[in-house]
Amino acid sequence: MHGFGFDVAHMLAGGLVLVSLAMLYQDRLYSLLNTLALHAAVLALSVAWQADIQDAPHLYITAAIALGFKAVAVPMALRRMVFRLGIHREIESVVGVGFTMLAGIGLIALSLVVMLPATTHADPLAREDIALALSVVLIGLLMMVVRRNAVSQVAGFMSLENGIVLAAAGAQGMPLVVEISVAFSVLIAFIVIGIFLFRIRERFDTVDVQALDRFRGERR
Amino acid sequence: MVLLILLCVATFLLVAAAAVAVSRRTGAGRVVYGACLAIAGAALVCALFAGRESETVLPLGIPWLAAHFRLDALSRFFLVLIDTGAAFASLYAIGHGAHEAEPQRVLPFYPLFLGAMNLVVIADDPYSFLFAWELMSLASWALVVAHHREAGNAQAGFVYLVMATFGALCLLLAYGLLAGPQGGYAFSVMRLGELDARRAGLVLALVLLGAGSKAGLVPLHVWLPLAHPAAPSHVSALMSGVMTKVAIYAFIRIVFDLLGPPEWWWSVPVLTLGAVTAVLGVMSALMERDLKRLLAYSTIENIGIVFLALGLALAFRANGMPEAAALATCAALFHAFNHMLFKSLLFFGAGSVLTATGERNIETLGGLVQKMPVSAFAFLIGCMAISALPPLNGFASEWLTFQTILVSPQLPQWGLRLLVPTVGALLALAAALAAACFVRAFGIAFLGRPRSPQADVATETDRFSLAAMLGLVALCFLAGMFPGVVIDALAPVTKLLLHGRLARQTTQPWLSIVPIAARNSSYNGLAILTFVLVSAGIAAVAVHRFGSSAIRRVPAWDCGTPGLGPATQYSGASFSQPIRRVFGPTFFRAREVVDMPPPGDLRPARIEKYSHNLVWETLYLPLGSAVTAVAGRLNGLQYLTIRRYLAAVFAALVLLLVALAAWQ
Repeated sequence: MHGFGFDVAHMLAGGLVLVSLAMLYQDRLYSLLNTLALHAAVLALSVAWQADIQDAPHLYITAAIALGFKAVAVPMALRRMVFRLGIHREIESVVGVGFTMLAGIGLIALSLVVMLPATTHADPLAREDIALALSVVLIGLLMMVVRRNAVSQVAGFMSLENGIVLAAAGAQGMPLVVEISVAFSVLIAFIVIGIFLFRIRERFDTVDVQALDRFRGERR
Repeated sequence: MVLLILLCVATFLLVAAAAVAVSRRTGAGRVVYGACLAIAGAALVCALFAGRESETVLPLGIPWLAAHFRLDALSRFFLVLIDTGAAFASLYAIGHGAHEAEPQRVLPFYPLFLGAMNLVVIADDPYSFLFAWELMSLASWALVVAHHREAGNAQAGFVYLVMATFGALCLLLAYGLLAGPQGGYAFSVMRLGELDARRAGLVLALVLLGAGSKAGLVPLHVWLPLAHPAAPSHVSALMSGVMTKVAIYAFIRIVFDLLGPPEWWWSVPVLTLGAVTAVLGVMSALMERDLKRLLAYSTIENIGIVFLALGLALAFRANGMPEAAALATCAALFHAFNHMLFKSLLFFGAGSVLTATGERNIETLGGLVQKMPVSAFAFLIGCMAISALPPLNGFASEWLTFQTILVSPQLPQWGLRLLVPTVGALLALAAALAAACFVRAFGIAFLGRPRSPQADVATETDRFSLAAMLGLVALCFLAGMFPGVVIDALAPVTKLLLHGRLARQTTQPWLSIVPIAARNSSYNGLAILTFVLVSAGIAAVAVHRFGSSAIRRVPAWDCGTPGLGPATQYSGASFSQPIRRVFGPTFFRAREVVDMPPPGDLRPARIEKYSHNLVWETLYLPLGSAVTAVAGRLNGLQYLTIRRYLAAVFAALVLLLVALAAWQ
């Protein structure tokens, strides 16, 4: 089981990291949301593969949730939101794409350096998974920090959550209850953030959070 | 048996809950204090007659971990100490509590405080211990701020709360180190664990900070002279007499029981801190005008003596001298017990004076021996006991401490051989200054003529208060006359902690005590008492026979200036002036300024004295201003944008991961 199954799992997890990096690069909202959907789809594939090689049927449910909810429903909802907000043409000025990409690569290296020695006694499958999941989480956080648009911050948050699910799936046996509760908390966060997006727009005619800074009298 | 004690604790808590409901009614105080007296008495009987060790596990506290309680010889001794103090304080409070203006601020917390102290000494796992410890701190804090509108009390409460939190944090960390990475939870597991030297030293330091801040070791003592006097007098007696002993219990439990075999150098910080505490405490007491604060400073001194003896016990134990270690431990525990007796007695006396006159400043008292003869007698005995005059109990325990110091030349380490005599000299200095301090306290407050109208109209206190004081007087005499009984009662404790004990003392002829060997030294309280009685009797007879046989009242010699007022009497400040002149410039940076008017000017000459609390000014004020400065800087963090918060979280996470990577 160590050979082929391991390689595929490794490839899928690596793919997730790759899509994360791709998300960092996107400067249009629609393409960002497309990449987010792709991210969730890769996650679903990865989790399903884990379910197969671990003989853990409940992980199929996780994969189904990831595919149906995160890869289809949430991006569609966000897409509608972007359309209704009328910001689908906006080009987001990401602070230095090159720098952000370099930072993302640095984060991947960091998580590998931290995680691989820390989990020497663990199952190699879980080790690789957790290391890559940590880099997905970190890149998600990085995305939330460098983006100014609230919608792209939401996208960063969703990709961060995908990283957590990947880690949990690799760790063999996150109970389904935890899985579902995480999914629900993300759903609620999504709703809350969505409501706030519209509230912000109503107030400031933009979802650029810099407007909030200006309103608070902050100097940049 | 431990279940019975737990039952007592539960009853204390029930009484506290009931007190919340009834505390505003008239007569509620008597009922609550009476109930406390009964429960403390019951707990005392349980502790006295408890047989072998018993333990129990209750499904309380953290789920799946349960709360462990255990009653061994050490807990038994401290239970006896706590409940004796609690019983007498409750008896005193039945009378004294009637003067309380706002009983609803005191009554609910008093039983809680008693219950918590009982709970600390039977706790057998860190969680129960720290829970009870914090309960004790908070209940006593509530009692300290019971009179929060009086000047200074709110600040005293705040300083106390900060120090109590700091102490609890140190103990928490110490337990964390003791438990180790495997998380050995109960004390029984910690006892088996072995720590390397560095970690054990760290635990010792943390326990010294944690227990020392509650006990009042210099320089962690600053809260004690503020908080102890601020509470109602019966609570002051409990805090000074009993709660500081609970802190000593914590120190003994962790260092002697849980921490494993000691290194010899552990004794060095304990000895040094003990000696410094003893000297500084008594020196401050000697300068103090506030009667209750004077007693609080004297508590610091006695805590120093106890810690000094415990340091000696550590040194002897590390060198495989169980008998000498048992002697030192006996001295420490005996002195702790004695201090509970006479410090409670003195605080009761101070409380009676306070209710009779409304004054705590001894410079406004005077002549009380005529107005309050029984209280004055009790206070005098307390003063004699705390000044270590034979045949009272204070002498017996301090004598044992000096005997321990005399064994120290047998120690192999040169450092200790040099240190212990120095410490002994400091102890002797402290003992002498304590005697001076209490001569001053009694003389200025009770003798002479009333220095204020309030002191002139004072009346004797109530029956319950007097009963409590006289009971303690009796115990002071008994413990001083029959120290052998106490030493024998301490044998199970020393056996438990050190696997050694002193020779049986009750079998010695004529109630002598012989701690080491008869050729070294022995003490007989009975002989001393007989000698004192006989010589005093002979002197009295001689004075009355050969001197004047009747009391004559004549005008005092007044240098030809009639009508000398009470202000011309010797005052407390004048009594302590020589000592202030000798030690003041060093210890308090004290100076005196004489303001002499030029000839022809009719205003009076004045002498002003200034002194500084050096510990407070050099340690705590800079610390406080540093905290304020840092807090001011960090204030900006409250008003960041969400993206900056996220960035901060992200940066912290990355930083920690980098640190982790570098660590590996």
